[in-house]
Amino acid sequence: MLVVTCPVCGVHGDETDFHCGGQAHVARPASTRPENVTDAEQRDYLFIRHNPKGLHFERWRCDRGCGKWFHAARDTVSLEFKAFYGVTELPPVELMKQATGTWAEFFKDKIKAGKAS
Amino acid sequence: MSGKPYRLSDAGRLIDRSKRVSFTFDGKTVSGFAGDTVASAVMASGQRVMGRSFKYHRPRGVVGLGSEEMNALIGVGKAERHEPNLLATKVEIFDGLSAVSQNRWPSLNHDIGAINNVLGRFFSAGFYYKTFMWPQAFWKHVYEPFIRQAAGLGKAPTGRDPDVYEQVHVHCDVLIAGAGAAGLAAAEAAAASGLRVIIADENPRLGGLCDIGGGLIDGASPLEWAKTRAAALAAADNVQVLTRTTVAGHFEDNYVLMFERVGDHDPSITAAGTPRHRLWKVRAGQIIIAAGAIERPIAFANNDRPGVMLASAARGLAARYGTAAGVNGVVFTNNDDAYRTALMLKSMGVGVARIIDSRTNPESALIDQAKAAGLDISFGSSIAGVMTSKGGKQIDGIKMSPYNRGRVTNETKVDCDFVAVSGGWNPAVHLWCHNGGKIKFDHELQTYRPDRSPDGLLIAGAANGTFDVPGALAEGYAAGEQAVALLKGKAGKIAKASATQEAQAKLEPIWFAPATGAYNEGDKHFIDQQNDVVASGLELAQREGYESVEHTKRYTTLGMATDQGKTSNILGLGVVAEATGKTIPEIGTTTFRPPYTTVSFGSIAGAHVRDRFLPVRRTAIHDWHVANGADFEPVGQWRRPYCYPKAGEDRHKAVTREILAVRNKVGLLDASTLGKIEIKGPDAGEFLDRMYTNTFSTLKEGRCRYGLMANEMGFLMDDGVTVRVGPEHFIMHTTSGGADRIAGWLEEWLQTEWPDLKVFVTPVTEQWAQFAVAGPNARKVLEKLSGDIDFSAEAFPFMTMKTGTLAGMSVRAYRISFSGELSYEIGVPANQGRALWDAILEAGAAFGIEVYGTEALHVLRAEKGFIIIGDETDNTVTAIDVGLEGLVSKKKRDFIGKRSMEQSFLKMDGRKQLVGLLTEDPNYVLPDGAHALEDATGKPPQKTLGHVTSTYMSPSIGRSIAMALIFNGRARMGETLSFSLDGKVVKAKVVEPVFYDKEGARQNV
Repeated sequence: MLVVTCPVCGVHGDETDFHCGGQAHVARPASTRPENVTDAEQRDYLFIRHNPKGLHFERWRCDRGCGKWFHAARDTVSLEFKAFYGVTELPPVELMKQATGTWAEFFKDKIKAGKAS
Repeated sequence: MSGKPYRLSDAGRLIDRSKRVSFTFDGKTVSGFAGDTVASAVMASGQRVMGRSFKYHRPRGVVGLGSEEMNALIGVGKAERHEPNLLATKVEIFDGLSAVSQNRWPSLNHDIGAINNVLGRFFSAGFYYKTFMWPQAFWKHVYEPFIRQAAGLGKAPTGRDPDVYEQVHVHCDVLIAGAGAAGLAAAEAAAASGLRVIIADENPRLGGLCDIGGGLIDGASPLEWAKTRAAALAAADNVQVLTRTTVAGHFEDNYVLMFERVGDHDPSITAAGTPRHRLWKVRAGQIIIAAGAIERPIAFANNDRPGVMLASAARGLAARYGTAAGVNGVVFTNNDDAYRTALMLKSMGVGVARIIDSRTNPESALIDQAKAAGLDISFGSSIAGVMTSKGGKQIDGIKMSPYNRGRVTNETKVDCDFVAVSGGWNPAVHLWCHNGGKIKFDHELQTYRPDRSPDGLLIAGAANGTFDVPGALAEGYAAGEQAVALLKGKAGKIAKASATQEAQAKLEPIWFAPATGAYNEGDKHFIDQQNDVVASGLELAQREGYESVEHTKRYTTLGMATDQGKTSNILGLGVVAEATGKTIPEIGTTTFRPPYTTVSFGSIAGAHVRDRFLPVRRTAIHDWHVANGADFEPVGQWRRPYCYPKAGEDRHKAVTREILAVRNKVGLLDASTLGKIEIKGPDAGEFLDRMYTNTFSTLKEGRCRYGLMANEMGFLMDDGVTVRVGPEHFIMHTTSGGADRIAGWLEEWLQTEWPDLKVFVTPVTEQWAQFAVAGPNARKVLEKLSGDIDFSAEAFPFMTMKTGTLAGMSVRAYRISFSGELSYEIGVPANQGRALWDAILEAGAAFGIEVYGTEALHVLRAEKGFIIIGDETDNTVTAIDVGLEGLVSKKKRDFIGKRSMEQSFLKMDGRKQLVGLLTEDPNYVLPDGAHALEDATGKPPQKTLGHVTSTYMSPSIGRSIAMALIFNGRARMGETLSFSLDGKVVKAKVVEPVFYDKEGARQNV
């Protein structure tokens, strides 16, 4: 059973004290441009998920602690957590660089910003 | 068989001959000594047969010394305390213990299922897959009842378990699994650092095989050293020693499950209220596996006969319990270790007719000792068969032949009454492998040993393939020191013991000892005795194409019994390798999964039983409901009154009376379970607009609005009335079952998608008691109570709310209706709920008030055509489908589910739509879920036209009513649909789903 650390309240607990909420950084098209979301975009947003062997960015909730959602980066082979970060935050730059699939696109311009700062 | 010296006069270090213990085995009284196991005592009494095998029902005896036992499965305890599938080799006896053998019917000596043995040639590998397939109807009525009667391992207890169980969560720095020589050395080194150490062993005492493994520690028996170390560890403050505790599984982040049998060996422990079993959940800094090794047998013809046992078991039974396996044995081996068995038995006065060694010319100190002791040895030989009498229950001798891997040409008979066999030892790599540890094949040991571990597990001694005492000690100390170093602890000083042991000759692999004939001729070579897997079955599986070892396992059931292949796994691989001409590493191995040995259901449930399984939620009025004869039903964790039957009333009569009271007079409902969520903040209106399909930002203060909530797929997930209390303050009502889920749903969107919105969401369901006062007299009842709220039609119109005082209490009053009647819901802080309830009942007495329950509530709403989420919806139903498109905003740019609802297939014609149904026979109530069919007289399969979602006898209109989701239902108004029910065709007309007061006049008065 995994050990999870909540980046919001700092609690360190068993995975059953938390709840995994699936893939992180999935953009909801309707939030930004509700008038022109294609059926294909909506399908991808609802159902298509990236399932890499390796680095995976995901959402977790601190169920038995502060109740806040947060993000985690985890290796799906070793199951090792690489980072925990807030729900409005980005993972460390080196992890963004290793990201694959839609995450790579999502992080592309943010890596530059991360470097600049 | 009494009279023979099965109990040796001068051996048995664990038994106390001054304490006689009496117990029963299959109803027969057996006498043993304190310290005995069921196996050692029953065998000492002269009985060898401990059970029957699973498929062939062959008589079986004890094979192992501990948890590797696969045959001697017993049920222990009576009635509700009965526990099946325990190992006779591990169950410690006490006065009054009751044990029964398994898999025999009607008795051990006469077993009807043994006919399967005679028919064995028809029971080949995959027999069940091949035979019980056709015709299909035979399965239910012939095959399955027969198999269930004949097979099955053990019986379930007869009632609720009266004992208590518990779970313990602990952290430690170093966890050591196994307390043999390596584990004790590791514990000493780790404990010297002052770190917190747990050492757990499945046996009642520490020491592992120190008593029978040979070698010397500090010049004396390793047992003496082990006793000293065990005492020192028990005395150390930083060490927790757990006996009778199996480390059952290893998981991510060094999470470990341990199963402790606390009170099984002594009923006075559980009688004192101590838990019977304990499940330990441990997070360990470092884990040292010192789980030892398991001896493996060699497959020879009829090697399952009672009296054929592992060499270590024959040795251990004699040394520990003074129980002799027989009077004259044969030792069959391919390695040196079994010579220790021959030497020890001979020294104790047990006859050893011959050592049969498959090796041609081995030379070693142990062999020299055997020769010097006068033991007869036949090298280059193997056992070609076992001669038995009494239906296979007694061994008369064995057939010995030269070992040449080919056809047996030359047999010599050797008289004996037991056989001790050793094919080498397999490291117990189970824990190593549970979380992905890799193993590699060792050609020297002819078995798998640990290779890499992703968790940095440490492993020492026999579990690591190091079988000699000096090696085990050295690895144990090193592992303990390494654990301390990895934890950055301070190494402590210890005086390390020094050990010696004679060098041994190399093991030479032998998996299959040929009998007369080939695999498919002659007698059976058993590989997995508990599942009756024989060598010819493994060979057949290869010929039939089950080449992958995982396929072979599932096809033949090799290693799938309760012992999970502890003795059979490597042996089976060896036999498959020989049959296919491959090497064992080419074949690979099956997966080792937790638990290592069985874990009881009681310990898994722990304290979460009875009232603690799922806590019951009670409203503030619960005690009143109980006192007034409420008939409760579970609603999620809540208990809600279904109805309140009066004397002489059944449920139906009570519900009818309650409904008519609401329609004609006034009713009172405890609606406290309704979900209530406070939503506050400058963006509260905007937030609700995004969460609901309809608009709330425009709602005026003091007004109520019914809201529909969809999920992102566009399907309905909740509904309820939401009220604007102030400019930045709303109260949301949700369904009773959805309260927690919806609060979480709101939070999730606020936190993850719209963290910029300034809104707080606070669930307050339990803070408020809330009652519906519904019926034509509702206003009169409330007006009779003192207070400052004007309940008149003009001052308090439909779908508004007011705060004020009522009967001296601060309340929130809502004029909303789920019954279609003039209705108010009154909310009051929960601690005043009962006072207000009593006040309303008192005031209502003059107006004929009656309490009503959930069933009346449901019928009242169905008469009005109001939907219930979960009845009329099932996560595939949209607002349009239930005819509520008017509540789906077209103006809002975005809300949850909007974009999905615009997808063509959710808007197309022909979807299931909500309609009402009136049966032709007004007294016939359609069953819930009934499907309308195109041709109700035709044969299946039939296309469904849709299904019934709610169905009741309506007292208000005096006939049956139903709601249904029917394909293209709104275009079918007036059509008659047919149902095939109870062998008849039932017809019903499609109507609007509102059956009573279509204009809504009754609630607007």
